[in-house]
Amino acid sequence: MKSKFHPDKNGYFGQFGGAFIPELLYPNVKELEDNYIQIIESEEFQKEYKSLLKDYVGRPSPLYFAKRLSEKYGAHIYLKREDLNHTGAHKVNNTIGQILIAQKLGKTNIIAETGAGQHGVATATVCALMGLDCTVFMGEKDIERQAPNVARMKMLGAKVVAATSGSKTLKDATNEAIRYWIQNPETFYLIGSVVGPHPHPDMVARLQAVISEEMKWQLKEKTGKENPDTIIACVGGGSNAAGAFYHYFDDEEVELIAVEAAGLGVNSGESAATSQLGEVGIIHGSKTILMQDDYGQIVEPYSISAGLDYPGVGPLHAYLYESGRAKFMNATDKEALTAAYELTKIEGIIPALETAHALAVLPKMKLNKDQVVVINLSGRGDKDLETYIKHLEE
Amino acid sequence: MNSVQKLFQQKDKNLLSIYFTCGYPELTDTTKVITELEKSGVDFIEVGLPYSDPLADGPTIQDSSQVALKNGVNLDIVFEQLMTIKEANKTPLVLMGYLNQMLKYGEDKFCQKVVDCGIDTVIIPDLPMVEFENHYQRLFDKYGITNVFLITPHTSQERIKKIDNYTKAFIYVVASASITGAKGQISNQQIAYFERIKAMNLKSKLIVGFGISDKQTFNTACAYANGAIIGSAFIKFLGSSNVKSINSFISKIKN
Repeated sequence: MKSKFHPDKNGYFGQFGGAFIPELLYPNVKELEDNYIQIIESEEFQKEYKSLLKDYVGRPSPLYFAKRLSEKYGAHIYLKREDLNHTGAHKVNNTIGQILIAQKLGKTNIIAETGAGQHGVATATVCALMGLDCTVFMGEKDIERQAPNVARMKMLGAKVVAATSGSKTLKDATNEAIRYWIQNPETFYLIGSVVGPHPHPDMVARLQAVISEEMKWQLKEKTGKENPDTIIACVGGGSNAAGAFYHYFDDEEVELIAVEAAGLGVNSGESAATSQLGEVGIIHGSKTILMQDDYGQIVEPYSISAGLDYPGVGPLHAYLYESGRAKFMNATDKEALTAAYELTKIEGIIPALETAHALAVLPKMKLNKDQVVVINLSGRGDKDLETYIKHLEE
Repeated sequence: MNSVQKLFQQKDKNLLSIYFTCGYPELTDTTKVITELEKSGVDFIEVGLPYSDPLADGPTIQDSSQVALKNGVNLDIVFEQLMTIKEANKTPLVLMGYLNQMLKYGEDKFCQKVVDCGIDTVIIPDLPMVEFENHYQRLFDKYGITNVFLITPHTSQERIKKIDNYTKAFIYVVASASITGAKGQISNQQIAYFERIKAMNLKSKLIVGFGISDKQTFNTACAYANGAIIGSAFIKFLGSSNVKSINSFISKIKN
């Protein structure tokens, strides 16, 4: 069924999307555009994808009723446990799918960008699995703050290239990946979020959609109804949120909440709350909402979480925001840290810093005791221990 | 008639174009660089609008853009600077920037300012053909602005023919699958590509860019096209030399 939140033939979600790419990338992007739907919908792909998700990733990921968290906030709170996936986050759903697509297209060199390192690890993992060459671009600043993931990528055989331009974070890693792609058009750019030129945002959303596909039957089993009242997910580029929302776009009664990183505060000048601070613009090949100055220069964002430290948001999310279909909230560094500690203490789950932003809006919401809330627990916090330890005393 | 097209009527061989970044190395250098380039006999000039995230540019132009932005350059300042030399300058100027700059400034306001500065040709490397057809062609026509398309070793014959039809100034032949920046030599593979394009007998003039850095690469490019653009090599020169010595750089290419 075609939803209005699926892109049109030119890759637009409302006014957002498109493929604003230099001519050099045109053949590459066109090849993918001409083939991705056919590949994804093929029986052969589905069989391989589902089999790997089941036996290699460990899907379905559990939908866990968080009893003590529910008691604390006075609602029925379920956690969609993407943190239990192999490699520790939702990112692997996408990399498994894209590596299969790359293989069908005969590509042997894989490149990726990464912020927190989760997508880099998930890409390095599937490249190791398939025996393909892997190069991951990562901001110099992120290499420092996500050292365990850098080590994992290297152990998995990937080459990690430091992006030293601009803010030295996710935006710059993506720039460098795209520049490398321009110079090496035979490579497959395994993009990590619902960003980039069409068809990348749609392709990644389709591959992450397994999250909400499972949520539907899991909720039915547990509550008798497929639909929750509310779904909460954090948004940097927006891939885990896209996956958690995907099969609920047209179920208008389900409240969709996207949580952005407010950094030191939305108006502090040190923030990554794109929907609040951004305006229509073009970044990484797509028209979306973007943090920029009066002259269209892209503003350097800030968040404690490397995965949310991005000045844009996928075009799908720009449209979800503009149309009012999703509600956009935000959480500061401090609120996210508090939420991470809380979940750890009352549920025994250490979430990723990114995910902690989604949890951090619970105290800000007016919940009722019958309300069924699903929080997409997008990743686990092993990679963030250093940051957590640093803040343990505070 | 388009200013570059007019130029081609007088001269259609060995055209030398130089790219520079506005506001680099100093904020006030924009007009000085143009004046010196004109004096040294450059045929047309690519005026680069510094951008924070220039995807098609290599490290040299990226760095010059960062310096220029730190110097405080912005579109309003660039347009003011260009206005001051509008009357004196007789060398065609081609504006090169990224689409988001135009989008944020306001598309109509941007086009009006471009025209006010006496410029009628733009290069926007991240403006794809489909967006041109759906929207920007009409906008540019309204202001008498011509868009320059890029072709690459991977652009299909069919697409090149389409671009040829849309072209009023020249086709920008990207010399290799690359971002901007000096590569040294021109390979046999690149020559085969230049020959392939030449053999298509397109109606449009061809200017080669990306990786053209010195007399040798310039001459090689000119053997297959109407001229060539030097960018990064000139920016490197500017970074370590006085604006007044621009003529020494140009004469080494031309003589």
